Amino acid sequence: MTMDQVGSFLTRTRDGSRLHITDIISYIYLFLGVILMFGPVIWLLMSSFKTQAALIEFPPKFLPYAQQTVEVEGYDEPLPLYQVTLEDGTQATLAQVRRVGIEAQMVDPESPDEIIKVPIDQREQIRTVELAWNNYIEPLERFNFLTYLKNSVIVTTVATLITLVINSMAAFALSKYQFRGRDAIFVLIIATLLIPISVILVPVFLVITQIGWNNNLWGVIIPGAATPTGVFLLRQYMLTIPDELIAAARIDGASEWRIYWQVILPLTGPALAVLAIFSVMWRWNDFLWPLIVLSRNELFTLQVGLNSFQGDLQIQWHFVLAMTVLTLLPITIVFAILQRFITTGIATTGMKG
Amino acid sequence: MSETSADRAAARPPISLKELPGTILGAVMTLIMGAVDLVLDPVQRVIGIKRMAYIFLLPNMLIFGIFVLTPMAMNFYYSMTGGTELFLSDRQFVGLDNFRILFDCENHLQPDTCDEDLFWRAIYNTAFFVTFQVGGMVLFAMITALILNRGIKGRGFFRSVFFYPVLLSPVVVALIWKWILQREGVLNAIITGLGGEKILFLLDPKWAIFWVIFVSIWAQMGFHTLILLAGLQSIPPELYEAGSIDGTNRWQAFQHITLPLWMPTLFVVLVLSLIRSVQVFDQVFVLTGGGPGTATQYIVQYIYDTAFANQIPRRGLAAAASLVMGGVLLVLTLIQLRLGRTSEAA
Repeated sequence: MTMDQVGSFLTRTRDGSRLHITDIISYIYLFLGVILMFGPVIWLLMSSFKTQAALIEFPPKFLPYAQQTVEVEGYDEPLPLYQVTLEDGTQATLAQVRRVGIEAQMVDPESPDEIIKVPIDQREQIRTVELAWNNYIEPLERFNFLTYLKNSVIVTTVATLITLVINSMAAFALSKYQFRGRDAIFVLIIATLLIPISVILVPVFLVITQIGWNNNLWGVIIPGAATPTGVFLLRQYMLTIPDELIAAARIDGASEWRIYWQVILPLTGPALAVLAIFSVMWRWNDFLWPLIVLSRNELFTLQVGLNSFQGDLQIQWHFVLAMTVLTLLPITIVFAILQRFITTGIATTGMKG
Repeated sequence: MSETSADRAAARPPISLKELPGTILGAVMTLIMGAVDLVLDPVQRVIGIKRMAYIFLLPNMLIFGIFVLTPMAMNFYYSMTGGTELFLSDRQFVGLDNFRILFDCENHLQPDTCDEDLFWRAIYNTAFFVTFQVGGMVLFAMITALILNRGIKGRGFFRSVFFYPVLLSPVVVALIWKWILQREGVLNAIITGLGGEKILFLLDPKWAIFWVIFVSIWAQMGFHTLILLAGLQSIPPELYEAGSIDGTNRWQAFQHITLPLWMPTLFVVLVLSLIRSVQVFDQVFVLTGGGPGTATQYIVQYIYDTAFANQIPRRGLAAAASLVMGGVLLVLTLIQLRLGRTSEAA
């Protein structure tokens, strides 16, 4: 078989057409992309299950190994197990009591009374793959992690609900009524796109303090609730709903409020869903504003809390990594379920906070 | 055979456990909305149907007014006051002093000669960051979009993979990379495995600047790829068919069909990423904290530090700096709106 035939065999695809060289380059690029995009997250996940000892190991292993330990009579703590080459060349499984310089004092778990002295280069850890769930459990008890989680959930859900309701109300008014100043108000709302929070940090903080929302979750929730993108998106969608539906409802004697929430809102479902997903994403990931408004530890959101952990002089990586995983988990699950919906939603609306 | 009502009831249990939260939420919503209706119905009778529009606009406009428009107006006055107090009534008017402090330099190209050297350092750092972050990101987003636009198998999968980091919070992104880049991290393990020396990535200014740019490209590229891909897919395939009949090759087709029709999307992506890039803060704040030294200190962090983090807050100065940044953003947004209009007209 010539090289040419090998080449044609390798590049043959199911529909009979041959892969062009550019196709191969494309796939190589994409697979490298998968490694680069997912690799760091998978490395985080793997690391988060490692024990403290395994985390400071260099070079690090991919899988979370943990040293096996054994309960030995006469010792309070479980002792680490080693595979030892004894002086006469035989192999034995011993537990280490303590290490003194280059010598380790070890015992046979079966006969714990006799101390065996072994040079440390003659012993090797016995390790198995084991998930250090403690990294996840301990911070829940020792730190305010659950409080941060609760605060994040409150901020995200309340803010999203408020955003959906008030943005859709404004969009309803702007799309279904003729009134004086309508176009001016619409332009004003769109113009606020020009004013991101980072431009008005100081005066918004002043307003929040004046209201008394400094160190208050409302101070995080309310200022960003009236999103111009949300109003715009919902208005464009509502414009496609025929006005005859409203006229018919009015003839039936429905009040305007009833028309809004029983006729228009149900028909705006897809646009509301897109806005809801984005609002959840914005709020869950928000950092700068909560960092400024919230200075009391028990009010921190997850992002602010995570930042305060990693700011410690001695970063407790085994906890920080596990909590990082917990923080990215909800968004990852939502994405896994709704990814097609999200990616097409962004491609058509171009939204990002 | 006719279906009895008993059959139907048996086929559909009243409320399944899965539907329970939805049902409760629905009931609560009905209750709240009904209560609002009770309040608004008399209002509607008084002011008439037409003016109900103002009622619907009210909550949204109140929040806009209190938390966006008023602060924006206040920002101008605030930037002309001095002192360490927060409330405007306690602050004295200093005219344009804050701007004078910001812009007082012997040589604007050398931050060391400036009164507020940190501000100018932040400006130059931001300019450098924006140039390479936006440039690199748009380039890679273009390549990725072009590749995804080919008849690739599993396009949906790859598109999602590149998009995934966009959803991660800046704090999470920074921690993921901080863990990889640390002294005993996996990247140094690979380097020593290949026979190199360990590198202190986040303590060496040049490396820190590189990684800050790299990480923010990593985190945001997928979003721009998605918009660019949508732009590519809106190019009518007939054009390529007509081209191939005329005997154009791939490169010519790219040059004369793809690129011109892609331009509007490309410009929108360019300006959108510029606007975001100028406001870079959270990722860098967590990854390097602005360091080492001031190597990765950018303009929003300067504002944050000056107004909130420093022991003696200089909020007037911070307000002035934020107005300078706002001006830059305004110019960028106006360009975008203009381009948006021309691309819609095209």
